Amino acid sequence: MDDLYREIILDHYRNPRNKGELENPTHTFQDDNPLCGDRIRIDLKVNGDGAIDQVRFNGEGCAISQASASMLTEMISGKTLEEAKALSKQDILDALGIQLGPVRIKCALLPLKVLKGAIYGLPATFDEEG
Amino acid sequence: MLDSCIIRQDFPILHQSINGKPLVYLDSAASSQKPLAVIQAMDEYYRSYHANVHRGIYQLSERATEAYEQARCKVAQFINADSWREIVFTRNATEAINLVAYAWGRRNITAKDKILVTEMEHHANLVPWQQVAAETGAQLAYIPIDERFCCDMGAYDALLDERVKLVAITQMSNVLGTILPVREFVTRAHAAGALVLLDGAQGVPHLPTDVQSLDVDFLAASGHKMLGPTGSGFLYGKRHLLEQMPPFLTGGEMIRRVTWEGAEWNELPHKFEAGTPSIAEAIGLGAAVDYLSGLGMENVRQHEVELTRYALERLSQVEGICIYGPQQVDMRGGAIAFNLNGLHAHDVAAILDREGIAIRAGHHCAMPLHQKMGVMATARASFYVYNELTEIDRLVEALDTARRLFGG
Ligand SMILES: Cc1ncc(COP(=O)(O)O)c(C=O)c1O
Repeated sequence: MDDLYREIILDHYRNPRNKGELENPTHTFQDDNPLCGDRIRIDLKVNGDGAIDQVRFNGEGCAISQASASMLTEMISGKTLEEAKALSKQDILDALGIQLGPVRIKCALLPLKVLKGAIYGLPATFDEEG
Repeated sequence: MLDSCIIRQDFPILHQSINGKPLVYLDSAASSQKPLAVIQAMDEYYRSYHANVHRGIYQLSERATEAYEQARCKVAQFINADSWREIVFTRNATEAINLVAYAWGRRNITAKDKILVTEMEHHANLVPWQQVAAETGAQLAYIPIDERFCCDMGAYDALLDERVKLVAITQMSNVLGTILPVREFVTRAHAAGALVLLDGAQGVPHLPTDVQSLDVDFLAASGHKMLGPTGSGFLYGKRHLLEQMPPFLTGGEMIRRVTWEGAEWNELPHKFEAGTPSIAEAIGLGAAVDYLSGLGMENVRQHEVELTRYALERLSQVEGICIYGPQQVDMRGGAIAFNLNGLHAHDVAAILDREGIAIRAGHHCAMPLHQKMGVMATARASFYVYNELTEIDRLVEALDTARRLFGG
């Protein structure tokens, strides 16, 4: 019924992929969105070839933020760090396939922000509203 | 109850559809809608007598000044202030509280002193005092809430020693709906030698409020939550306190005389109104106060008691709901915070929006309170004079829809 809650989003929300934490991650980062109270942590295990062997996310929050995190983990599994770095906010929005207002777009993009933080080791800065 | 059919005719915004469904506006605690009387009062000012106030010696300016000052008298009467000189117009409650924090707090509070606030304060009545405490070295202490979502008055007594200079409390919680026993707070604070600032942002729009019988020292309120325009609000302060306070902002309007060497302050309340004020907004607020007085604040309160009673009864039957706030309607107002088991408040609000229902979701500018309750966010429905029982039925139906969508 609701575009915003397309079946694919509900599916990822109800059955999140790669949820949990890694024992010895090579990269890890956590951030939250205080306005809504969404919280996401991402752990990566990157092998010697620079490929993402394992990825886990953990967190709580609205369906959009959690589904976005779950989908992101599928998008980067097996990819190289360079490929993961190249992911843009448009890639995320395309995957979600929904129109989001200025408040909810922050929820959708929090996982990407956390991923970039894990890769670069610091909070990513990009314009979430644009 | 009030005749909401008639009242709704005064609110043009309510007659529209959202996503194909008639709008149900349940977010008046964030900002209320405006009756035609308010919109027209502002419109008329701009169309027929707009000019700056207190300056011109021509007719338009005299009319504008008269309307602006009349609005002040209406506000003074509405809260039963002793004099119109005790009403300072501000942009909102936040600015009114900051005025006190700057002009009174930073002058009178020292490192030896204590400030008390409750755990249910809105950030507007919390952050300014954190700042005063940080700058002066004073201690900020929190009056805890108990398991009934009310203030623990025993704990208040224990915190209230001779070091306390100010007790800053809300009249009604914007999250829990809890109505505080203000008179009780004031009696004990005064006995301990402390002043009381009342944050009336939620109380003044919904409860009969008499500053003299409550005996509060300061009262802050926002016009936009009481049927008035955004950009209108006021501070009430006891005259002798306002007299002693230095200005908050300085510049034009607030001076009596300026020389190369300095300036002499204008008399109350103009001393606190630097620069050209929000004239249309003050006039709009005056019209809002007239509208509320026309309904009668006792009737407004009774209307909301009935809505709240019905809402609590219906909502408590929703599967998996958790309601945060007192059960008894006489201890609370019509702001009801809740969560549905397993659903984030944002998702609940987004699904309700699809059904044409506007509620708020988030921490409602009370993050420490949510932390205490152990939740990141809550959904909140809040009522006002234009809401009807059937809208609560729509809310309950939509919550069931949300539950089914995510439960499956
Ligand atoms: C209890 C309380 N205090 C203060 C405020 C601040 O009001 P304003 O944003 O109009 O200054 C609000 C508004 O949400 C409130 O609910």
